[in-house]
Amino acid sequence: MTVVDQGDDAAKEELPTPSYRSLAAPLTNPVDKFALLPAFLKVRGLVKEHIDSFNYFITRGIRNILRANNRIEARNDPNIYLRYTDVYVEKPSVQVDYKIERITPHFCRLTDRTYSAPIKVDIEYTVGGKEYILKTKRNVLIGYMPIMLRSYPCVLNGKDEAELARVGECPLDPGGYFIVKGTEKVILIQEQLSKNRIIIDTDSKGRVIASVTSSTHEIKSKTVITMDKEKIYLQLNQFTKPIPIVVVMKAMGMTSDQEVVQMVGRDPRYADLLFPSIQECASERIYTQQQALQYMDEKVTYPGAGNQKEGRSKSILRDVFIAHVPVKNGNFRQKCIYTGVMLRRMMDAILNADTFDDKDYVGNKRLELSGQLMSLLFEDLFKTMNSQAVELMNKNSDKTRSSPLDFSQLIKHEAITTGLERAISTGNWDIKRFRMHRKGVSQVLSRLSYMASLGYMTRITPQFEKTRKTSGPRALQPSQWGMLCPCDTPEGEACGLTKNLALLTHVTTDQEEGPLMNLCKSLGVEDLSLLSGEEIHAPGSFLVMFNGLILGKHRQPQKFANGMRNLRRSGKIGEFVSIFVNEKQHCIHIASDGGRVCRPLIIADKGRSRVKEHHMKELRDGIRSFDDFLRDGLIEYLDVNEENNALIALYEHVDQDGVERSSITHIEIEPLSILGVVSGLIPYPHHNQSPRNTYQCAMGKQAMGNIAYNQLFRADSLLYLLVYAQRPLLTTKTIELVGYDKLGAGQNATVAVMGYSGYDIEDAIVMNKSSLDRGFGRCIAMKKYTVTKENYGDGLSDRIAKPQRDQNGVLVKQNMRALDEDGIAAPGQIIRNHDVYVNKQTPKNTDRRVAGAPLADRDYANAAVTYKGIDGETTVVDRVMLCSDTNEKLSIKCIIRHTRRPEVGDKFSSRHGQKGVCGTIVQQEDFPFSERGICPDLIMNPHGFPSRMTIGKMIELLGGKAGLSCGRFHYGSAFGEPSGNADKVEDISNTLIKHGFSYNGKDFLYSGILGHPLEAYIFMGPIYYQKLKHMVLDKMHARASGPRVLLTRQPTEGRSRDGGLRLGEMERDCLIAYGASMLIFERLMLSSDPYQVQVCRKCGLLGYYNHKLKAAYCSMCKNGENMAKMRLPYACKLLFQELQSMNVVPRLKLA
Amino acid sequence: MPKKGTKSKKVVDDVANEQENKLPDYLELQRTRVVCNADAPIHTLGFQYSGAFAAMGVDNSVSVEKFCKNFKVEINRLTEDDIEFDMIGVDASIANAFRRILIAEVPTMAIEKVFMADNTSVIADEVLSHRLGLIPLDADPRLFDYISENDVPNERNTIVYKLHVSCPKGSQRITVKSSELEWLPEGSQLSMASSAQSGDKQKTFTSFSKSQKQILEKPLGVKFKDITIARLGPGQAIELEAHAVKGVGKVHAKWSPVATAWYRMLPEVVILEEIKGDNAEKLVKKCPVNVFDIEDLGNGEKRAVVAKPRACTLCRQCVMKDDGQKIELRRVRDHFIFTIESTGALPPEVLFTEAVKILEEKCEKVISELS
Repeated sequence: MTVVDQGDDAAKEELPTPSYRSLAAPLTNPVDKFALLPAFLKVRGLVKEHIDSFNYFITRGIRNILRANNRIEARNDPNIYLRYTDVYVEKPSVQVDYKIERITPHFCRLTDRTYSAPIKVDIEYTVGGKEYILKTKRNVLIGYMPIMLRSYPCVLNGKDEAELARVGECPLDPGGYFIVKGTEKVILIQEQLSKNRIIIDTDSKGRVIASVTSSTHEIKSKTVITMDKEKIYLQLNQFTKPIPIVVVMKAMGMTSDQEVVQMVGRDPRYADLLFPSIQECASERIYTQQQALQYMDEKVTYPGAGNQKEGRSKSILRDVFIAHVPVKNGNFRQKCIYTGVMLRRMMDAILNADTFDDKDYVGNKRLELSGQLMSLLFEDLFKTMNSQAVELMNKNSDKTRSSPLDFSQLIKHEAITTGLERAISTGNWDIKRFRMHRKGVSQVLSRLSYMASLGYMTRITPQFEKTRKTSGPRALQPSQWGMLCPCDTPEGEACGLTKNLALLTHVTTDQEEGPLMNLCKSLGVEDLSLLSGEEIHAPGSFLVMFNGLILGKHRQPQKFANGMRNLRRSGKIGEFVSIFVNEKQHCIHIASDGGRVCRPLIIADKGRSRVKEHHMKELRDGIRSFDDFLRDGLIEYLDVNEENNALIALYEHVDQDGVERSSITHIEIEPLSILGVVSGLIPYPHHNQSPRNTYQCAMGKQAMGNIAYNQLFRADSLLYLLVYAQRPLLTTKTIELVGYDKLGAGQNATVAVMGYSGYDIEDAIVMNKSSLDRGFGRCIAMKKYTVTKENYGDGLSDRIAKPQRDQNGVLVKQNMRALDEDGIAAPGQIIRNHDVYVNKQTPKNTDRRVAGAPLADRDYANAAVTYKGIDGETTVVDRVMLCSDTNEKLSIKCIIRHTRRPEVGDKFSSRHGQKGVCGTIVQQEDFPFSERGICPDLIMNPHGFPSRMTIGKMIELLGGKAGLSCGRFHYGSAFGEPSGNADKVEDISNTLIKHGFSYNGKDFLYSGILGHPLEAYIFMGPIYYQKLKHMVLDKMHARASGPRVLLTRQPTEGRSRDGGLRLGEMERDCLIAYGASMLIFERLMLSSDPYQVQVCRKCGLLGYYNHKLKAAYCSMCKNGENMAKMRLPYACKLLFQELQSMNVVPRLKLA
Repeated sequence: MPKKGTKSKKVVDDVANEQENKLPDYLELQRTRVVCNADAPIHTLGFQYSGAFAAMGVDNSVSVEKFCKNFKVEINRLTEDDIEFDMIGVDASIANAFRRILIAEVPTMAIEKVFMADNTSVIADEVLSHRLGLIPLDADPRLFDYISENDVPNERNTIVYKLHVSCPKGSQRITVKSSELEWLPEGSQLSMASSAQSGDKQKTFTSFSKSQKQILEKPLGVKFKDITIARLGPGQAIELEAHAVKGVGKVHAKWSPVATAWYRMLPEVVILEEIKGDNAEKLVKKCPVNVFDIEDLGNGEKRAVVAKPRACTLCRQCVMKDDGQKIELRRVRDHFIFTIESTGALPPEVLFTEAVKILEEKCEKVISELS
């Protein structure tokens, strides 16, 4: 950048290449809104949805659960009761020897503990006796709640970097996970179809159905209305047969057919569609509510005793049928209206296929987060605890006991503690009360790389099974824009089903409904109960739906929506309330429920952004925060539905064809935010072929690098680190936002794109030996080995003995050389295969023991734990940690470190889904060199480009090269060229020319072998390369002879058991077909399990060889006269004996 | 057909005779120059076969006389660390041989064995050793012998360094620089066997018969004092002994005496067709390294001339687009601008003479093997 000659016109004409500094400088137009992104992430963090959800649960959800079940009473004496008055979750602590100690997350990780906090309640209870005494108690423990890191109760909440360092935590770690028994567990985001909403769809037979999944605190039900052969029926699990819908209407008290038709709408087309149903009802001779109910009673499933049938259908209609619509005082009118609306929507769909709902539409989806899942679990466990208390009370009150009946003694906190712990550590959410059986809800947080753990936090798992072949749910939905990352999805069976959140996405939590409803009413929503069917569907008036309930209607929908939105923008109602005017359905949907995805957008008035330069200046100066933008109505959150009412421009200053500027309502904050965290590290992703970005998203999680600032103090069971990790030369804004530049996972390698040596076919790369000597791709693999010192009771326990030495002080056993004098491997000691790392000894006899007498040495058996490494590799004991686990046993953790340099077969990848193994390693002097003496670190074959179409990689190379020469990190953010967040190729080329390179990045190279110039210019420059965790050292396997399976005496299977390579059935078939009988004989017998047997020629059974008499003998014939010697596979002999044991006699007939 | 063939041959013969054993221009160009076109360089390999032009009566063979007549070395720049010189009149293969020998076969001293007594720093032992190995040592390798596997380390084949730093508790964290490496001329100070064996003299890892101070003229150290080895936090310490031995870059890059050594062929920029006026101005501006200049022809006429062809970095801006055909970028095939960047063990000019010696030895070996 400094090379600008004075008076050089060409340089003046050139556009100044955008730099971060120049971008941050004030500009008149357009307003640089990028600063909003870091501001947003500063306020909300990367995993805000998890933490918000958990915080909601801790502060509100848990209270609501308690309030709903706050009273328990003895069955036979309601005066003996217990009432919960308050609940709170304290800071995480652990009780040690009647002392309460605060714990930190890192302490829990290292000592295999659960990071949990006590849940305390205030109670009010009566003590029974002759008279009831009312007592109160505060701070009663009802269980320990695992605490999400960085949530309100967490000790890390609100701590700055220095304070985090003090508690051993990495400041870049996002939190949002739990620590259960020392392992980090994430509760994945669960994707579900939204509850309490009407979905119009077709079933497998092509019938139109309207379905509602109702969910209330009491019950969850699914109501389906289908149209079969022009007649409309209600399907409910509680009924054996579909019930004609008109019958249902009549049963709910809407006996007049006219009223039914009016409820649906007066349009004659609706009436035509409804007619067959009405006719059917009439043909069944059902005219009154009574008759309808009677008809339905007969169709109830499991009616039990005949008499009880009566009245069942009414209660089903009340409690199960569209359960979320309340029935107050036996008034079914609300349900009638709701059914009417459902029917109307169905008929709309029949008349106009456009109005079908799309199940895959993101607006019809809800995301269930850890807070909700925890609250379900807690509710169940809390109820279980209470019912157990009641049961105990009943048991106690049956017996006459001296102590007074007292509930407070019966509250047992173990149930909740273990229940929560077990669910999170196994991932099985089995809640019988809600008929919920989910597996794999929580998963171990992968700490393979920083990106892998971030990726876990944004992952969304689907609810339906993955085996379905349907493509619909897997396809990229247009409504995912900005909410879910279009790139980051796994390949294979979960492709497109498992998704990831985009950078700015927020998931809502529940909001209070009551005030919002009242507010709607005061804004002119007419109450339903006052309206007739005719009026409800009057043209021009819109139904107002609130969280799936019909609230009323409004005559001026747009005005009402604007009013609500203004209230939201001024902060009078919650910022996540969505107001969506559905013109097609003549509905206004107001949603305040949890689990909706939404994202912030800049509000524009007639295409003019409300965010002005002075706002941004205030933000940069630190006067204004992101929340101020929200509060001042400059930015608002829109959910997927409300986005349909908005016209969102990408840029304020760019006009698009056919878009009226004045109709623009919102402006995107930054286009790069449509991508997620993991795909955000790809430079120029918008220049790549789409699947390449997807591949990179999978591979970025396998890259080795730095994991966290506290990586060397962690005790992960397997940890891969790069010795010299670098930050990418070509960065993106996302990289800076998520801190990948601080915890990189790769190195900037100078890459020459050319053919070399022939060892580079099929994406293999050729590496420079000197580069490897100098530390390129060097990595450290650390593995944890845990040994526990077992206690056997009676003071009997394992012991750890010091290594045995002779009188000269020389070790008796060579494999004890790594041990320290305490019998445990010493840190820094080189440890080789078969070396002992803990010299443990166990008592030979654990039950018989002379009281008090200490055991002698001979009473201990050797149980030394040996290290199983790879022969010829030098591994080092990195650390040894001693701690007592939760069962008060001593646990010894040895962390063994192995430093590896790249070798042939190790896997590498650039950031563009271009993986390849190292094909060969070549001396530096054989490598080509440029006119400036630059020698590449690796050579990549150009055939990798044409079919992959990863143009982004080429631009990365160019940008990196330009960055090197001008000394500035270049940017390659997604879609960043117009906003200056990505350097344009043209500018990069100009920079290259200015520094004497060719504009296209191709250099003049000399052959390192012959010394002459190469016959082509070579595309050469730096590309960020990742070393992936797949290394040959962990995979290579060969065997000549080795261990055998005890039973069959055949070679073992698998690398871990040093097994053989199986010549399988198909291979065998080939050999048979080829006629290579001797080879088959060798492979299947000689190399496997040959065995010599004595066969009796007469009876054909196996005999034995008597070594004393030196003669074979047949135990069947009782002589050794006709014995023959032969060889068979041991497995064959085994089969014969097994058959004999089952009374089947296999006889060998020898020729 | 045969008629034609004989006829044409005759013509060629005639031409050759006329030019008196001189190649035609285009062939001469091919023989002596690499032409760097905008898309790709051509004639990169040249003519290797001695009889390539025999038919034209031109001898293409390599001969000592020719070499002696043509060979020339001119030093352009010589500093403590690097040298740039022109090597004129050799084939690329010879120049490349020197380059390869410089990188891989000229021996130096580098740390090969590290004996860790204490390392409580965050950096792992292996990584620390690796870093130590890459530190250039200020030791003349010619004064030392190679050590083989069974050799006892002595004053002739091993240099011992000590590193003992600690960061006291309560202080700021410190950076350990290469200057902290301390030369031990008397050999290792670490005792080998366990304390049980108390002999008359403690056995150490080296057996120096005399101090290296007596052998060497100047004390040994490291070339660059400011190479970061490690960082130490409060309470951390490193204590180690590092043994440097002689080796070559082929085995490990740490023994390479050069940061890099390379050559480039002399650029030659030719204006084939006169470029005047505005086009000349344009051309001058196009070149980022100012190869071209403007010559005033008087009466306002301007002409582009090649001023500094050596500066050409082959960005190929001038041969692209409009006036591209008027300019040709070439490389002189037997003129090498050779650069050696020494790591410091030996001065760059000595490195080159060492390389020549090694090549000589190799040649002698070949000759003796053949005879």
